[in-house]
Amino acid sequence: MWSVLKARAKQTAKPYPYPQRLPVLPQRFRGLPSLDASRCQEGCQACAEACPTDAIQVAPWQLDMGRCLFCGRCEEACPPHALTFTREFRLAARKREDLVVSPEKQFQLAQALDRELAALFGRSLRLRQVSAGGCNACEADANVLGTVTFDMARFGVQFVASPRHADGLLVTGPVTENMREALLATYEAVPQPKIVIASGACAISGGPFAGFPAVHNGVDKFLPVNLYVPGCPPHPWTLLDGILRLLGRLREQRENP
Amino acid sequence: MSTQEFFSFFPQSAARWEDVPVLPLSSLADGLAQLVQQGGRILAFFPLPDGRQELELLAVVGDPDSGALRAARTRVSRTYPSLVSRIPQLHLFEREIAERYGVVPEGHPWLKPVRFPKSSQGPWGPLAPGTGPFFQLEGSQVHEVAVGPVHAGVIEPGHFRFQCLGEVVQHLEIVLGYQHRGVEESFCQQPAKRRLAAVETVAGDSTVAHTLAYCEALEALAGLQVSPRAAALRAVALELERLANHVGDLGALAGDVAFLPTASFCGRLRGEILNLTAELCGNRFGRGLLQPGGFRYDLGAETETTIRQRLADLEPELAASIELMLEAPSVLGRFEGTGRLSAEAARELGTVGVAARASGLPVDSRAQFPSGMYRFLHVPMATASSGDVFARAWVRWLEVQHSLKLVEELLGSLPAGELQGTIGPLQPSSLAVGLAEGFRGEVCHVAVTNERGELAAYKIVDPSFHNWSALAYVMRGQDISDFPLCNKSFNLSYCGFDL
Ligand code: SF4
Repeated sequence: MWSVLKARAKQTAKPYPYPQRLPVLPQRFRGLPSLDASRCQEGCQACAEACPTDAIQVAPWQLDMGRCLFCGRCEEACPPHALTFTREFRLAARKREDLVVSPEKQFQLAQALDRELAALFGRSLRLRQVSAGGCNACEADANVLGTVTFDMARFGVQFVASPRHADGLLVTGPVTENMREALLATYEAVPQPKIVIASGACAISGGPFAGFPAVHNGVDKFLPVNLYVPGCPPHPWTLLDGILRLLGRLREQRENP
Repeated sequence: MSTQEFFSFFPQSAARWEDVPVLPLSSLADGLAQLVQQGGRILAFFPLPDGRQELELLAVVGDPDSGALRAARTRVSRTYPSLVSRIPQLHLFEREIAERYGVVPEGHPWLKPVRFPKSSQGPWGPLAPGTGPFFQLEGSQVHEVAVGPVHAGVIEPGHFRFQCLGEVVQHLEIVLGYQHRGVEESFCQQPAKRRLAAVETVAGDSTVAHTLAYCEALEALAGLQVSPRAAALRAVALELERLANHVGDLGALAGDVAFLPTASFCGRLRGEILNLTAELCGNRFGRGLLQPGGFRYDLGAETETTIRQRLADLEPELAASIELMLEAPSVLGRFEGTGRLSAEAARELGTVGVAARASGLPVDSRAQFPSGMYRFLHVPMATASSGDVFARAWVRWLEVQHSLKLVEELLGSLPAGELQGTIGPLQPSSLAVGLAEGFRGEVCHVAVTNERGELAAYKIVDPSFHNWSALAYVMRGQDISDFPLCNKSFNLSYCGFDL
């Protein structure tokens, strides 16, 4: 007993004061991509060719963050450094097409749910997580939101065991054919009104498995998705930020309150 | 027959197809049985689809005494007599072959689907995942408990069928396949860039181990030795992966018996270790860190100091929080004697990794089949003898301490030099094996090329493939309420099994 108390007293870890302070991500973290089209060389397709998931199209240039694994191969392949990844980690969007970025289009961060839903879930959201072919990285980095550093419970957000106790699903994985039915049954079991969050490249587009015959290339083939969180896996801060924006807890587009 | 007939080669070298003998099935069986009896383990047993009527099966065995791999082939037609009763380690391999290619092992004691793919050629045809029949007990006092595929908690899906007498489990059948993404089936048709992305996500928490096995198999086929610096940094990445996961697992075990201080401390410490991997490459799981030919990111002096410093700071914190748990009588009361796996059962089932070492088997590919930097490192074999939940926790704690030392040693003497070599064409009509000791155990990749030097077959064996059976086995005679604890003490991958 005493040793436990002593160990507890030595622990100084506290939740990181997000959103008041922005987290510091590692130097090599790759977040929102940015293209300086003026540097692009005529006819060059190096970035698109390097991409493992065909996330990039050239002429006109666009990058689909819903397919992107943030592996940085495109940046590496770009001789004049036209394409770079910023450390901006706030990447969640409400609409699938918002994840497609181009030099002309400023990235539109997720807006809050409509007034009624935000009023309902804004202060308390219970999520049931379903892994539908997820590799356990998206799952692990969702789970981590329960640890001291992120402490998502302080915003009233929690994972629950039963879909019947949940307000929505957090889905990971490309939706394998073998999980399709269980995913739909779990969705059915969540009482109305309910929301769906697609977390990670697999859940958005099939990710590295897009086009494989055993998978379905993402959740929105089956369920209405309210929030898309890109990444492979999304950084826990990206996910938390997305959820908070969805709930209307962060009002500003770029800045935090 | 003597096992001399098998072709012998070493990891990191390729074997020419023509050198791997084609044996009659009975000789192959004799050879395998003999190798296994001498302490060898079946690493892989799978067919090479070549469009002919007959199916050619390749068996690869690891011989820990010599550190060599042994390979032989055999040909079977639509059916063959199952080898499982003589060599239990083959039980899932035979089922897998039946499911994908429709070749039936006659007399297999429990011939059922493994992953329930839609494209199944199995004698049972395509089935919905989780379909029975299940092994069932009969009697008025017997009852069955069915759990999953969707479980409580943030966890992957699987289905568990318990046959219970009162609270006591008599038999557990674990049915997986829900996460099946068809990795092996689709692998060879993909461009190289997509293969790498798929390998990195075979099992998300073992990205480095799977990528390392993939890289080593390809490099062996290309005849490329990576630079010492790249090899050393690969080992750093693999040990960081082990550290983060072992610490996370110890925290999860604590959480399961409601020993909350350690659960909470370890949860945070695991995150800090993942962040060190992110310092290396920007990604907490080490994605994009390894690639065939070398290592993608160099480590500047500053990052090197940061990592060493942070690990040095973490060490006492880890010791304090883990020892706190392993000394608490309330925890020991739950851990000790629970979920016991005997050395003999572990050996018969072909158990690998932490679970095997906790049952006293000295199984660690870093020491037995060393490749890359591990050829120059001394990796202590962390074993325990009781084979229970405590032993599996204890082995993890020993390995956390060893990995901390290994990383310090590696970073303290990093060789200079290039990071990346160019990977040339692959040797045609050959095979190579990549073995990496991930945090769960041995990750084995076998790459086979055709006469044009293209990948013609690719086999991935995650440690979970061997170990799920051991988890089912330890539940016999155990209270059903101990299942979550036993499950965590193995912490197996669903997607790594389902592929
Ligand atoms: S970072 Fe994204 S867009 Fe660029 S190559 Fe990787 S997956 Fe493709």
